[in-house]
Amino acid sequence: MTTTPEPDDFLEIGGTRLQSRLFVGTGKFGDDALIPAVCEASGAQVITMALRRVDLDAGPANLMGHIPAHMVRLPNTSGARTADEAVRIARLARAMGCGHWIKIEVVADSRHLLPDGYATARATETLAREGFVVLPYMNPDLYVARSLADAGAAAVMPLGAPIGTNRGLRTREMIAVLIEDLALPVIVDAGIGRPSQACEAMEMGAAACLVNTAIATAADPVGMARAFGRAVAAGREAFLSGPGAVRARASASSPLTGFLGQDGGRAPQEVAP
Amino acid sequence: MSFAPACAALHDGETARAIETADEAAVLRALDAPAPGPHDLAALLSPAAAAHLEALARRAHETTVRHFGRTIQLFTPLYLSNHCTNGCVYCGFNSANRIPRAQLTPPQALEEGRAIAATGLRQLLLLTGEAPARAGTDYIAACARLLRPLFPSLAVEVHALSEDDYRVLVRAGVDGMTMFQETYDRTLYATLHPRGPKRDYAWRLDAPQRACRAGMRTVNIGALLGLAPWRLEVFATAMHARYLQRHHPGVDLAISLPRMRPHAGAWQPAHPLTDSDLVQAMTALRLFLPQAGITISTRESPTLRDNLVPLGVTRMSAGVSTAVGGHTGGEAGTGQFEISDPRGVQDMCAALRRRGYQPVFKDWEPLADAAPGAA
Repeated sequence: MTTTPEPDDFLEIGGTRLQSRLFVGTGKFGDDALIPAVCEASGAQVITMALRRVDLDAGPANLMGHIPAHMVRLPNTSGARTADEAVRIARLARAMGCGHWIKIEVVADSRHLLPDGYATARATETLAREGFVVLPYMNPDLYVARSLADAGAAAVMPLGAPIGTNRGLRTREMIAVLIEDLALPVIVDAGIGRPSQACEAMEMGAAACLVNTAIATAADPVGMARAFGRAVAAGREAFLSGPGAVRARASASSPLTGFLGQDGGRAPQEVAP
Repeated sequence: MSFAPACAALHDGETARAIETADEAAVLRALDAPAPGPHDLAALLSPAAAAHLEALARRAHETTVRHFGRTIQLFTPLYLSNHCTNGCVYCGFNSANRIPRAQLTPPQALEEGRAIAATGLRQLLLLTGEAPARAGTDYIAACARLLRPLFPSLAVEVHALSEDDYRVLVRAGVDGMTMFQETYDRTLYATLHPRGPKRDYAWRLDAPQRACRAGMRTVNIGALLGLAPWRLEVFATAMHARYLQRHHPGVDLAISLPRMRPHAGAWQPAHPLTDSDLVQAMTALRLFLPQAGITISTRESPTLRDNLVPLGVTRMSAGVSTAVGGHTGGEAGTGQFEISDPRGVQDMCAALRRRGYQPVFKDWEPLADAAPGAA
């Protein structure tokens, strides 16, 4: 049974209220025809697609044809190596009818595939000014995150681990800093390999998770999409419910200082000589 | 800056010995290494690793699926010209070979491109022999400008050019470059290329780097496997790729594994590879270069190509003719080499889908026509 989020709990981005806090992707599927079932099973309302793979001339084989109409389209700038390329891709995406949300990816290192924070901030500034809802993919770095916020980002999307690695929340401490510091939604993107890791990110207070590789390359992508949808919802509910603090040592349920009482005990009485 | 000094050092005998003598413990360590280094690569290419081919294949499969998913990019070559001034002893275009010579005019190239685009393909590789007086940079650029609107990704496999010439091609819409060094063994190279401009080993060796500097997005390198002992050739190819990645991190590096096959009556490769050798080469490369593209051509048979799909391949050619004008009924007998997989695009797609893989036609959106960014 899927847990039900708090009725008034929603994520608002770019004026759109999202009930689901799982974003899914379109890359790496053995068959794009799986995408509608993945969307349905996961409950996701936002889906990202690389504009480089979109071919409007491809007829029924066109990737966009597999995306259910109710989904918010989040084209990404995969392949961009500079801020200028990201800006051009974003404009093309809008001109091609992919909407005005854009996930900025500027990656100028094809070996490590880590995002370039400086270029990402420049592209964010330009595109936010042009009215895009900008969601930049980033290293979880506080200063870059503040630059992105100042540049007009609608959210930040820090990586949990290098993209495609399925290694989980390796950057946990830094993501926690962003969640604590930023007024913007923090959406954990890249590296999440298992539903339990997405759940953990949500328990920490992440606003949402974007998961692609772990779903698309699972033996049963639809089943995995459902599992991620539940894990993200569970993590969110846990966060809202205020999980108990984590302690390094066991904590006795009969505290040693209980005898002091709520008023802190009596002051010492003067003793007669 | 050049790969040449490092490449020369690879041929001092030490590297070949390290590969030949790696023991089973080194192979097992390499198989477990989170980020295999050059020593690990030597072990993975060693004779000792042949006994662990299944383990290699499994890791290569997992690595490839994580980074590329279950997808294979499809492309096809378009042979513009088979005029050639070189005498490469193994090549069908060798200037001494009495084959019909042909060259498409740019409008003919466009017709050929239309026939290819009608099959759904969106990635094209333009090829010529080396005859710059007939098929030089301006000619290739003219063909590229006409073909660009049909093909979002346009690559060239032509003779080694200067950085400026590569820039001319980039401006004409070319975004990829393929260059096989043929062999990294400089002494052997000299005997295999007895005449013609291609004799210049060093000029060719640095061509991929010049292409990187000129702004090519994708650079695809390789050795023609079978000319020299394959283990060291593959090692050198990998180190060349790593060198290019370090110096040009924004470029997508890819490696081809073109294997020469013995042919009756034709030139015989001195060091032919078995299928197992080819699999070992590919899977070792995948572990050493997890993000690199790996290309397999139609030199290989349909059965072998299908079986190689899960082992690390990311790009395959389909619907191939190596003849000039081969897609619009051009002259027969002008081909560079015999292909072993004659399947058309639809058949290739069906074969990939049967294995649970998605054929990918388009992987780039040309930005030249988009409004420039103010960023």
